[in-house]
Amino acid sequence: MTAPERSTVSSAEVAAAVTAAIKRHAQRPGALLPLLHEVQELLGYLPAECETRIARALNLSRAEVHGVITFYHHFRRHPPGRHVLQICQAEACQSMGCAALMDHAKVSLHCTDHHTSADGGFSVEPVYCLGQCANAPSAMIGERVYARLTPARLDELVAALRAADSR
Amino acid sequence: MITTIFVPGDSTALAVSADAVAAEVAAVARARGITVDIVRNGSRGLFWLEPLVEVAAPQGRVGYGPVAPEDVASLFDAGFMQGKEHALTLGKVEELPWLASQQRLTFARIGTTDPVSLADYEAHGGLAGLRRALALAPETIVQEVIDSGLRGRGGAAFPTGIKWRTALQAEGGTKYIVCNADEGDSGSFADRLLMESDPFTLIEGMTIAGLAVNATMGYIYVRSEYPHSIAALNIAIERARAAGLLGASVLGSGRAFDVEVRKGAGSYVCGEETAMLESLEGRRGVVRAKPPLPAIKGLFGQPTVINNVVTLATVPIILSRGAAFYRDYGVGRSRGTLTVQLAGNIKRGGLIETAFGITLRELLMTYGGGTASGRPIRAVQVGGPLGAYVPEHQWDVPLDYERYAELGAVIGHGSIVVHDDTANLARLARFAMQFCAFESCGKCTPCRVGAVRGVEVIDEIIAGRNRAQQTVLLRELCETMVDGSLCAMGGMTPYPVLSALNHYPGDFGEGVADAGN
Repeated sequence: MTAPERSTVSSAEVAAAVTAAIKRHAQRPGALLPLLHEVQELLGYLPAECETRIARALNLSRAEVHGVITFYHHFRRHPPGRHVLQICQAEACQSMGCAALMDHAKVSLHCTDHHTSADGGFSVEPVYCLGQCANAPSAMIGERVYARLTPARLDELVAALRAADSR
Repeated sequence: MITTIFVPGDSTALAVSADAVAAEVAAVARARGITVDIVRNGSRGLFWLEPLVEVAAPQGRVGYGPVAPEDVASLFDAGFMQGKEHALTLGKVEELPWLASQQRLTFARIGTTDPVSLADYEAHGGLAGLRRALALAPETIVQEVIDSGLRGRGGAAFPTGIKWRTALQAEGGTKYIVCNADEGDSGSFADRLLMESDPFTLIEGMTIAGLAVNATMGYIYVRSEYPHSIAALNIAIERARAAGLLGASVLGSGRAFDVEVRKGAGSYVCGEETAMLESLEGRRGVVRAKPPLPAIKGLFGQPTVINNVVTLATVPIILSRGAAFYRDYGVGRSRGTLTVQLAGNIKRGGLIETAFGITLRELLMTYGGGTASGRPIRAVQVGGPLGAYVPEHQWDVPLDYERYAELGAVIGHGSIVVHDDTANLARLARFAMQFCAFESCGKCTPCRVGAVRGVEVIDEIIAGRNRAQQTVLLRELCETMVDGSLCAMGGMTPYPVLSALNHYPGDFGEGVADAGN
């Protein structure tokens, strides 16, 4: 199932974000990761066309930049939903029912792994450890972390975000 | 008199609604015309009690927990500002047996202070180690760390002082200190807790390491899954610079040292030291072959000390109290304290810092109180996703690097993940292989291909197709991965797999007839 994605950003937006990130980071030693983080923070993802611009600024080949983007799970090549729900699937959370929590999220949000719900509201992703292992299972929505989760609590969080979005 | 109320603000507490509790405390106080000083301390590591609210009462710091926002009004009604009784009263926090029985050295300050207050840090013993180090020659600092017996707490347990000596003696222009804060092991949270609850300890430890090996720059590589740690470190670094603790002249000594946070990007293998260096240099996190050792040729080709957060954060107390003080804790060649992280299906989970030599049984039963689900404990994985499952008949072996090695197990970063009797160890073994396949950097074949084959073979075993033959194949595959992988990712994935197979053969269908092809 290919879920509809949030609208992609324009070339002008890409150019502006990449230029700003290059200005801030290009002179730092080992600049590529900080630069990619900044572009992703600005645009929500790393569109293919940013690769050439970044490669030129850092005197790298486009293949090198592409290789780095695709190596790291954190970097996205497609725009995510408004809210990214990452549910921990590592061992400690497994011991407390994270598989059922993930199944519940996918069914209730009509998502599959790494896909976005039809309304563009939520993307659901597995993540491997949020460091909340003594209060499992845990999840992150954006940069907010939640522990001791149950399907009911997850529903509340989702409902609150939906309500806020529709205001 | 204004009463101080502590509501933890680290991510453990935030994940269980501590912000809402803090807001409610402020709102109720305002509504009742009471002036309170709310301090967002870090968690003390008693995670099942979070949010654990403490009040600086006349008799000492009295705790209440776990507090929900709706409990706050009744806490005021009961007189918690004077430390009075309430259904959630825990008593004086420092006297809680779970905490009082620990030996908190590295984590001595967590939970007691405002994590990003440098004044608080100094008032609670901070900077004493650095001040002493500034008066010592690099060789003397290194010798002190060697004499303390400190070994790398990230998992490899290599003697820290020896690594430092190599870097000190190596020729190089700019030397670096890299702090490995890519705490990706499931079950572990010690690094996170320290960075969020007492970040100056790490900064002090790195600065001492810099003085010891003549390094002038430090990087803290923090995983992207830890945004709160990154934020806490950045504030602490900013304040350390403003106070002259970091910069061109550390505490006016004329010695330069600075620290910068670098954010990871979701790759587990970047916790491996050479992959981390690649990542810091802006490349794919592909493992480097050793030699050369990073201490000789590391970051940007320069001599580099790479240590875990807990290792570096232990250095200040070694310098302030002396090597002998630290070495006196522990057993055998495992000196000092172990930071145990009790996690998973456990009733009372959290951080337990105690001298090496404690047993798993004591941790699981006395501290942990059994499972959260109330069912019997079936399996315990010690040392993260690359650690072995330790069966009950081995729970009385003291936690000591060498004793665990004899069992074919590892202490690793000190995480303990508990599963109850609903766990299926064949499924967990399969997960270990699948995780390795997912996270392998791809450089060496035993890991890259071995892990994929591992999943396929375990699937055959679970399905009961040629089980006996497939089991032999799985063992041979594990042998190849252990002997042939470049790093611990492929080299240790067999630990959970083989321990599951050896101790829980029933889960792999032993004794059940094959399903046929």
